[in-house]
Amino acid sequence: MSWLDAPASETQITHRARLWLYVIATLIMAFLLIPTLIVIPMSFSASQYLEFPPRTWSLRWYEAYFSSSSWMQATYTSLKAGVLTALVATPVGTLAAYGLHASRFRWAGLVYMVLITPIVVPVILVGIAVFYAYVQLKLVNSLLGVVLAHTMLAIPIVMMVVSSALKSFDMNQERVARSLGASRPRAFFMVTVPQIKFAVITGAVLSFLTSFDEVIVAMFVSGGANSTLTRNMFNALRDQIDPTIAAISTIMIVITSALLAVSQLFGKPDRR
Amino acid sequence: MAASALADAAAPKLHAEGLKRDARREHWSLLGLTLPAVLLVLITMILPVGWLFWLSFLADDGSFSFEHYRRMIEQPSYGRTFRATFEISFLTTGICLLIGYPLAYFMSQLPRRAANLCMIAVMLPFWTSLLVRTYAWLVLLQRRGLINTWGMELGLWSEPLTLVHNVGGTLVGMVHIMLPFLVLPLYGTMRGIDRDLLKAAANLGASPTRCFWHVFVPLSLPGLMAGALIVFILCLGFYVTPAVLGGGKVTMVSNRIANDIELFFNWGAASALGVVLLVATLALIFAASRLLRLDTILGGGHQ
Repeated sequence: MSWLDAPASETQITHRARLWLYVIATLIMAFLLIPTLIVIPMSFSASQYLEFPPRTWSLRWYEAYFSSSSWMQATYTSLKAGVLTALVATPVGTLAAYGLHASRFRWAGLVYMVLITPIVVPVILVGIAVFYAYVQLKLVNSLLGVVLAHTMLAIPIVMMVVSSALKSFDMNQERVARSLGASRPRAFFMVTVPQIKFAVITGAVLSFLTSFDEVIVAMFVSGGANSTLTRNMFNALRDQIDPTIAAISTIMIVITSALLAVSQLFGKPDRR
Repeated sequence: MAASALADAAAPKLHAEGLKRDARREHWSLLGLTLPAVLLVLITMILPVGWLFWLSFLADDGSFSFEHYRRMIEQPSYGRTFRATFEISFLTTGICLLIGYPLAYFMSQLPRRAANLCMIAVMLPFWTSLLVRTYAWLVLLQRRGLINTWGMELGLWSEPLTLVHNVGGTLVGMVHIMLPFLVLPLYGTMRGIDRDLLKAAANLGASPTRCFWHVFVPLSLPGLMAGALIVFILCLGFYVTPAVLGGGKVTMVSNRIANDIELFFNWGAASALGVVLLVATLALIFAASRLLRLDTILGGGHQ
């Protein structure tokens, strides 16, 4: 057992003396991973009661999901809201990040503070504030309302991702382009955007996920034909444990992992 | 000759004026790029929050009063809500510290490649929908759930235990959701610790235990404090997990705000609670910003 007695760090502590740490860390990682992953096999159970491992396998909960018009409509709403949020929040957030980065105006700090408030203010307060505004603006239960609210929540996230990419971008390149006769917009789109595009893609993915996973604001402002998937899931969870939700959860885990994998794939070259 | 000298002196001055004007115009137009974002945040969030702030000072008949705030102090049920919120937030933060520190320490000691692999265990739940994770715990902890079934099969207990729809179940779910927020900044700080300091301590005769407590732990404190503050702040405003795993028995401030709106349509009371929650949150964020730059904490998950 030479490995056990080899020094494990600069302090010459042995792996043997650290075994307890390895055990504890493994248990904690299991605690983090297992509850999320265990839903996946359970969703393929044939039983009314969610079992693990399932005694008999079936797709009945997926069938229940795909044949329910209300779940389908909610899924459709969530996907629409997510895509529209990404489409609006990404350019708006990117422009804001660029504007703040390029301008050394003394109010830039104040504008930055304003733009990150959506992640600072407790979500429940955002929820009732947006609800209150929408009652006046007659936007309750509309898709537009959900998209606007989710865009507001996603802007700070896009801004942070793009700002951190701009920090490692050399603005002199844009100055060179402009001194060679390019207009500012042209320099931005031809020189800057190609170099921060991975951050922009990551921002788009994160804004989709922000909208797709959002519960509390949707709970207040979405409804009727425009209820989001998370709103319906949340209401179902408060009443009873419906195994259909295990199937929906599995689909959500797959969508999230696939999107993050895509953004990792595209996001790689951005890292220095 | 005198005329041309005069022109020479005036030209650079005019030039400087023009340049300054151009620079100012450019700054404004750049700042104008933030306008769509600023307008959206103003209309959907800052103005309505301001309006709620104003509502919280209006009595039911529309006159200015501190009625909603006074009720918060006088009615014992509000005291219970605040106490529950703080207790659950403290306990969650404490448990996260206890299990998050060993995990972050373990990862910081691994080679980078292995640490990145372990990072998946932290990031996967971090990115999974909060609702999905809450549901998973509901499935595991319910009366006929996995933990009760296995516990009884192994003969650890004979009657199904009540593991969910109480404070315990809420705590388990919240710790699971909050742990990544503690581990990420903590791990970052631990990676940044200069290993030579530990080598020097060992070289000077300190035992591994002594090195850890006297050198490593103090150097990791900034990350620990930042992570703990973030967890605590997020806990204060938690809604979904206590609503589902608490089964109506756990009322945190957020749940009470939602009830005030959904069941009683009492905007004034809900707004006053919201204002208290916001002030507490901002005070803590101010404290956090003293310890670590805000964007490094909040941006930690998006790297």
